Order: sequence, then C-alpha cells, then structure tokens
Amino acid sequence: MEGLQFLLEGFATAATPVNLLLALLGVVIGTAVGVLPGIGPAMTVALLLPVTYGLEPTGALIMLAGIFYGGMYGGSTTSILLNTPGESASVVTALEGNLMAKSGRAAQALATAAVGSFVAGTIGTMLLAFAAPYVTRFAISLGAPEYFAVMLLAFIAVTAVLGSSRLRGFISLTIGLTIGLIGIDAVSGQARLTFGIPQLADGIDVVVVAVGIFAVGEALWVAAHLRRKAAEVIRVGRPFMGKADWKRSWKPWLRGTAYGFPFGAVPAGGAEIPTFLSYITEKRLTKHPEEFGKGAIEGVAGPEAANNASAAGTMVPMLSLGLPTNATAAVMLAAFTSYGIQPGPLLLQREGDLVWGLIASLFIGNTLLLLLNLPLAPLWAKLLRIPRPYLYAGILFFASMGAYAVNGSPFDLILLLALGLLGYVMRRFGLPVLPLIVAVILGPRIELQGRRALQLSSGEWRGLFGSTNPATGEFQLSPIAITVYVIIVVILIWPWLFKAIRRVLPAKAAAAVEAVSEEPALLVAEHHYVDVPDETATHPDSKEVRE
Amino acid sequence: MSESVAAAGATAPAAEPQRRGRIPDFLLCAGLALAGVVVLVDALQLSNNRTGTDPLGPRPVPVLVGSLLIILAAALAVAVARGNLGEQEAGEDIDLHVKSDLKAVLLLVGVFAANILLIDILGWVISGGLLFYGCAIVLGSRHFIRDLVIAAALSLGTFYGFAIGLGVGLPAGILQGIL
Repeated sequence: MEGLQFLLEGFATAATPVNLLLALLGVVIGTAVGVLPGIGPAMTVALLLPVTYGLEPTGALIMLAGIFYGGMYGGSTTSILLNTPGESASVVTALEGNLMAKSGRAAQALATAAVGSFVAGTIGTMLLAFAAPYVTRFAISLGAPEYFAVMLLAFIAVTAVLGSSRLRGFISLTIGLTIGLIGIDAVSGQARLTFGIPQLADGIDVVVVAVGIFAVGEALWVAAHLRRKAAEVIRVGRPFMGKADWKRSWKPWLRGTAYGFPFGAVPAGGAEIPTFLSYITEKRLTKHPEEFGKGAIEGVAGPEAANNASAAGTMVPMLSLGLPTNATAAVMLAAFTSYGIQPGPLLLQREGDLVWGLIASLFIGNTLLLLLNLPLAPLWAKLLRIPRPYLYAGILFFASMGAYAVNGSPFDLILLLALGLLGYVMRRFGLPVLPLIVAVILGPRIELQGRRALQLSSGEWRGLFGSTNPATGEFQLSPIAITVYVIIVVILIWPWLFKAIRRVLPAKAAAAVEAVSEEPALLVAEHHYVDVPDETATHPDSKEVRE
Repeated sequence: MSESVAAAGATAPAAEPQRRGRIPDFLLCAGLALAGVVVLVDALQLSNNRTGTDPLGPRPVPVLVGSLLIILAAALAVAVARGNLGEQEAGEDIDLHVKSDLKAVLLLVGVFAANILLIDILGWVISGGLLFYGCAIVLGSRHFIRDLVIAAALSLGTFYGFAIGLGVGLPAGILQGIL
C-alpha cells in the first residue's frame, strides 16, 4: 500500500492552482494537436514538448501528462470520424468506430471512447501506482550485466516482434545506434563521429531526433504525395450515450483494460495485440453479433479501453527501468532527459516527488479530459477540416520552433532538416521509425552498462553474464541475465522454430502450437484480415511486397 | 506513423500503385554501406587506450555498429535483388498512386533552409512567419492574403504565448524592442 501514500503526496504536488492550470492547458493543446489528422500521440508530444521548456521540471511534467492524454484522446476522435488512425494502436477502434459514425451514431461512439478511455486510464494509472514501487525495487537489484541484458531485450523486442520486416527493423535500429554514437564518449572522453564540429560534442538531442524523424519526415513525405481531395469528415453533435449503450459498454471497458495494461507493461507488448484481442473477445461475447461489421458499440468500447490501459502500462517500464516500449514513451523519456532528469532504475528513488506528481497528474489530466471533451467534441471535429497545406506547414513551423528552443541555436535546425530527410527516406523504403528512436535513447546507455559490466569482470567476456560475488570472490552467473538472453534467442529464432515445430508435429498438435504462437501472428492478422467489410481496401503495396 | 497504419489503409483504392524500379533501393543499400565505412574509419582514428576502469575502450562499439551497417546493407541488397521491396508508408493524406512530387520536397527544403539562415537575424516572428507562408504555398495553398494573415497570427501568437508567456527561448531578432 506504500504506493497509495506516495500517490497522495503526489496529488499534493500536482493539485496547486498553477499546476492544475498547466494540466488543463496541456489537455487542451494536446487534444487540439492530437485531433489533427495524421498526428498521433507520439508526434503530438514531440511537437509540443518545447512548449514546456520554460517551466520547472514538475510543472513541465504535469503539462506533459496533460498533452499525452490529450493526444491519445484526440487520436481516437480522428479515427472514429475520419477512419484514419493516427497510429497503429487506434486501428482497431477505427474499425467499428467509423462504421458507427457513418450510421449516424458518431455521438455514441465518441462518448463510449471518451468514457472508456477515462475508466481504463484511471484503473491503469492506479495499477501503475501500485506496481511502480515493486518494479523499482526489482530494478534497483539489477546490476550492470542484468541491465545490459534487459536493454538488449528491449532492442530486440521493438525490432523483431513489432513491424512487418525484421531486416528493415534491424537497419533502422543500427541507424539509431549510429546517431547515438555521435558525441564525446562518456567513459574515455574521446570524440566519436563529430567530424570536428563543436556543436556535435554533446551528441544530438533526442528531442531533435524525434521531431525530425516524426514531424519533419512526415511532412516532407506527405508533401511528395499529397492527396488533392481531403477525406470526408462525419458531422457530430455533443457525445452522449443512452441507457442501452451504457449497459453494452461497461463490460468491454473493463475487459479491454484487463487486456491492455499487462501488454503495455512488458517490453514489446504494445497496444496492437491487446486492442485486437479485445476486439475479437467482444465480437465473440456480444449479444448483438449482427451489428459487428456495421458499427457495434462494444467494438469501440473494448479496444479503446485496451489502448488507454496499455498506454498506462507502458509507464511501468518507462518510469521504473527507463525503458521505452512504444513511440510515445520514447518521446516522454526524451522529455525527461531534456528536463535534466536521468531516467533509469534510480528515478523513483531520486526524483520520487516528481514521479508521483506525474502519476497524480495523469489522474487529473484524465478527469479534465472527460469533463472538457464531451462538450467540446463538435469543436474538435471542426479541426479535422483544416486545409492540408496549413496542417503540414504548421507541423514544419512548430517543429522548427521546438528544435530551435532546445539549445537556442540554428545548428539544431540544420540537424532537424537532415533528420527530416532521413525520415523521408525511411518512409520511402519502408524502414520503421520506432527502432531508430529507441536505439538513439538506449544506445549510449547500453554501451555504458556493457562497459561497466566488463570493468567489473576486469575485461572478461563472462562479465556480461554474471558478476563476482563480493563476499566469496567467486564468479556467479546471473539467473536474470541468462533468462533474458534465452528470451532474446527465442524471439530471434522464432520464425524458424515455429516452422520446425510445425514440420515435426502432426497436424493436430501443430494447431495447438499455432494457438500458442498467436501473438506474433496477431499483428499480421490485424493488418490483413480485419479489414472493414464494406470497403475493398487491401494495402496498396501488399501485392508488390509479396511478389 | 508506422507500417501498421499503412496497412489499415482503408482510404486506399484497390488499384496498383505506381510501379517502381529497384535502383533506388540499391542506392539505399549503397548509402548504408557508405555510412558503415564512415563509422569504421572514424572508429579506427580513435586511440583505443584500454585502462583498468575501461577494459573495452571507446573503439569496439563503433566498430561493431559500422560492421553491422555494412552487413545489413548487404543483406538488404540480397533481399531487394530477390524482389523484396519495402512498403512505402501510406496515410490518409498520402496518395501513392501519383508520382513522387520531388519538386515540392525540394522547395520545402529550400524554405526550411531559408529559415535556418534568417532566424537569428530577422527573429522568429518574421522568419517563422515566412516559413509557414512559404510552406503553405508550396503545399498548394492559393489564398495568398489569407495565408499571410494566418502566418503572421501564428508567429506573433507563438512568440507572445510561448516565448514571453511560457519562457521558451525564441529570438526577437531585428524586432527586438518593438515586440
């Protein structure tokens, strides 16, 4: 119960008038930017991050929490009204949500998404408050070898489990590692890849990387292929739900939360799998199966709750281990470093007030969102009609403002442009951007931990697998590190392992294995089989890729 | 923002997108390999003095990363040769059926570069306003007066709201003292 007491102290930090105002401001501009088409939560946080630079860390984090939830909520509004999910996590919400909106039930779809987000966000944040102290205690017990292994797992997980092409994931990861190398080596003090440019000595700011790859890269990519006719927006009144809608929504909300949080909390869980699991569960359990495929409220309530609970879940590894497991967490970690806060296992110990203030403001932001957005939804819907030239010009405008504000120097704008062009190239050739961002953040830290582990073992390679017991002077393998390495190997060889099992086992057993292996398969399923029935949409490139 | 968004592509018509050759993909491989060589050369210039507190030294990690870049570039080249081309990222404002409008991209880069050169001299209000104005026109807006008004409102608004209101560091430039 120690979490509860800390949480109350967190509320004392967060609930001052100034901080409440900052949370409100964050929620409003977060929603306003997040609702813009094409801008997902990660880009919302990246673009608006510099807005918080003038504030002291507590205020900045509180505002950031508001921006984060606002961006999440804005994203679901966009996917329901436009059928254009800003990120993969809201793909499933868009399925039934957009169909509901098309059949004249936009108000109910938005309402069940908003209340479901609130319920899931509140429960998820509660679970975060209870879990964080325990995970932190575990995290502190990790030494350099274990920490090295866990970070390696995070790399492999974002690269090999998420996304469709492993090879391209690893290329993106390696580009990120290269960017992370730039600057003065923390251990030896030697300059690497700086080419004699003094501004590169401190490395490239992660915020500049995130804004460049996400925002500038996206704007340039869209500019090259701008659709001349904007998508159709569905009109909406004030969101509300009837008695029957409430009755049909509350169970999916809770089930969605139960799926979302655990998946968010483990590295590489992500939001795609739980939102999809929630969708198929609701489809199976509903009393109105005939409505699925035509706009069933359960199909919005469940996945949307799963999405938000998963977002709360990603805070667990982010706050207790400093591990980003999705794009938004990666940008939030970048924010931490730019406020001078060192993420990692000691975060909760060193900056307890700050972290609990942040967790408390997640509750506050979530509540403000509900109060604010039910009445404001028609206004947000108007933002969807923004002319595209203004939208993308605005993205470039705010991206430049933010990058300049990092160090007050035009040099960061040069980097921003270069990284934007890199982001363009990555989109052109189908390289995923998440592994790159995660590698830029974790690359320098994993090198440091690896070198520290080798230092403890006087340069022997076994130092990566365990450490010398200080009491007995004997070398001991670390069970945690070994377990993590085994998981990494299994993930890496999974495609071959899976094939081998199928070949050896008879058909019936193979089916059972397939059921177990559903996890990786689900992502594929989500992409190709769950298409909106009345739309003939297959992915335009999928044919070409399979050839 | 990721491939899965692309895959959702409910807005995409069923027709084949533009056919593309493999040469750009091979150029990408060449670029990756070149980057790998640069990383390796830079790493070999480091003096790798290993000490008791740093038995590994600063060199092995860049050597590893540089080698990985070259190996992955080769692997990608093999994949491309076998016909495995990357999925271009789709999105609701993206029409992959038209040819890439590289002119628009170059013009945007030009407008962006102008802002880099001008921001410290003219200040954020003027240079940022020009950035928005230029980008909007490149992206196809033809309401020249309205665009200018919006650009001015945005740059003034951000300057007063963020620089003065929230303490974000933006330069006033030649308007120092007027704003």
